[in-house]
Amino acid sequence: MERVSLRDAYGDTLVELGEKDERIVVLDADLSGSTKTAKFAKRFPERFFNMGIAEINMMNTAAGLATTGKIPFVSTFAIFGTGRAWEAVRQTICYPNLNVKIVCTHGGITVGEDGATHQALEDVANMRNIPNMKVVVPADDVETKEIIRNVAYADGPFYVRLTREKFPRIFQEGKVKFEVGKGHVLREGEDVTIIANGVMTSFALLAAELLEREGIYAEVIHMAWVKPIDAELIVKSAKKTRAVITAEEHSIIGGLGSAVAEVLVENFPVPMERLGTPDVFGRSGKGWELLHYFKLDEKGIIEKVKKVLERKGR
Amino acid sequence: MIRFEPEFFKKRNREIDELTLRAIAREVRKDILKMTTNANSGHPGGAMSATDIIVALYFYKMRHDPRNPKWEERDRFVLSKGHVCPALYSVLARCGYFPLEKLMEFRKIDGDLQGHPDMHKTPGIEISTGSLGHGIGAAVGMALGLRLSGSSSRVYCMIGDGEAQEGSVWEATMAASHYNLNNLTVILDNNNLQIDGPVDEVMSIYPALEKWRAFGWNVIEINGHDFGQIIDALNKAEESTFKPTIILAKTVKGKGVSFMENKAEWHGKALPPELLKEALKELGEIV
Repeated sequence: MERVSLRDAYGDTLVELGEKDERIVVLDADLSGSTKTAKFAKRFPERFFNMGIAEINMMNTAAGLATTGKIPFVSTFAIFGTGRAWEAVRQTICYPNLNVKIVCTHGGITVGEDGATHQALEDVANMRNIPNMKVVVPADDVETKEIIRNVAYADGPFYVRLTREKFPRIFQEGKVKFEVGKGHVLREGEDVTIIANGVMTSFALLAAELLEREGIYAEVIHMAWVKPIDAELIVKSAKKTRAVITAEEHSIIGGLGSAVAEVLVENFPVPMERLGTPDVFGRSGKGWELLHYFKLDEKGIIEKVKKVLERKGR
Repeated sequence: MIRFEPEFFKKRNREIDELTLRAIAREVRKDILKMTTNANSGHPGGAMSATDIIVALYFYKMRHDPRNPKWEERDRFVLSKGHVCPALYSVLARCGYFPLEKLMEFRKIDGDLQGHPDMHKTPGIEISTGSLGHGIGAAVGMALGLRLSGSSSRVYCMIGDGEAQEGSVWEATMAASHYNLNNLTVILDNNNLQIDGPVDEVMSIYPALEKWRAFGWNVIEINGHDFGQIIDALNKAEESTFKPTIILAKTVKGKGVSFMENKAEWHGKALPPELLKEALKELGEIV
């Protein structure tokens, strides 16, 4: 599969939005080259605000801009935007439910060589726990573009989690409708449900292929929206397969795995396994090396599938 | 009590004498004490140090419309030290944003006047604040946004001296100067007392004036209880051609009630009912 850049898709879409709407403003914290907001900065310098290496103030400033009718997109690396600036996001953006779109790149382990300090494995958890915040983890460039276009005109705060690494393209342009809070069944199956987002969705599709050769039919659901989550789809699939695993490039604590577990436990408990980083920090290495190092790949998924099927009593 | 027509507030630099401002401030201080005692909580000390400045902003300086809180041409006020909101609530009520009776809902479970300002619950609040160090950044964003829209509205923001210990205050201070936000006026309510004691003993912010000057701001120092000085400073700030302005207002915590003045203990504690009576008497209430 062709590998595509989510952050480039973001930068291009910002320019596209900026052309059509003067209310779009962009803030960055000295990382515009990496987050790709530099594309917008070059085209619309008067509507781009470099806030320097000061993420807390960047969030507060974005909130202030939103009160004057602007639509601010705020970007930095995921760990700084959702970690260092967490309290500003909670107090000044989410509590007043302001129209600020936080789009962070460099989420997950695939940050690579920079290592543990720069790899956000807690960002989805950090954002998911704040009232009014919506959280989405796209899988490829096509989905990223659609999500950016959608969140620009959806009310309130959003967190969009993007990555440094290029990921395989999954969706065809114009073929899929992206709605807030809706998951996508990418492959139907009866034996087990694999729910994934981000880069893990492409591994889930690969794992499903391999499992089929063993006579195991997996249903693959791409669940970009961690909040609001598509509870209806999760329960519907669990009722069919009676075994669920989740796969995410994030800690198993507080992210997609937790969100799916919450839905299942309260609605339709079935055996479930979570694949993600197991409550540990990352380390240096190449992005794709690290995915394999932490078993965030088709092998890791297949392992979890076998384990959950054993518990299901197959 | 003097009544103002809503039209009165719609232009800047209104005709109003100091005696009237002082009379309003006395009523506001009484409100603060009644509200906090009624809630048996809240922050009377800092609210009373901030009172005269907030009164001057809403009754003399700022362009606003109590009948239309979202009026596009209004000036904005951000209370970054959100805990002193009783002063702001009282001023908003006395401008006509909501009935005076509502003040007794302060901090009550079914009331609209939260312990710290909530922009969606209370008309006239520009942005929710309460956690120190964030409001000034939001004020920077408002000033940027208004300038970008070609608006002549000004942004006013009050911060506390203890609040200036927050790093994010300095992030915002740097940004305001970098972006030449001459439409922003920050007032530092310098009563020199925070919860644990004098600011210079807990964590000194001094020399404060020199810090803001070094950050590229237009700086003005005043007595924050002298309406003549407050008004002059607010007017001078408007003349700044490219720098944001900070007005360092020397104030007295608990101002107006002899036994509360300069006492850190009245930072976050309401007067018990017997002391409230004493205090109201000092403020000229006929009991």
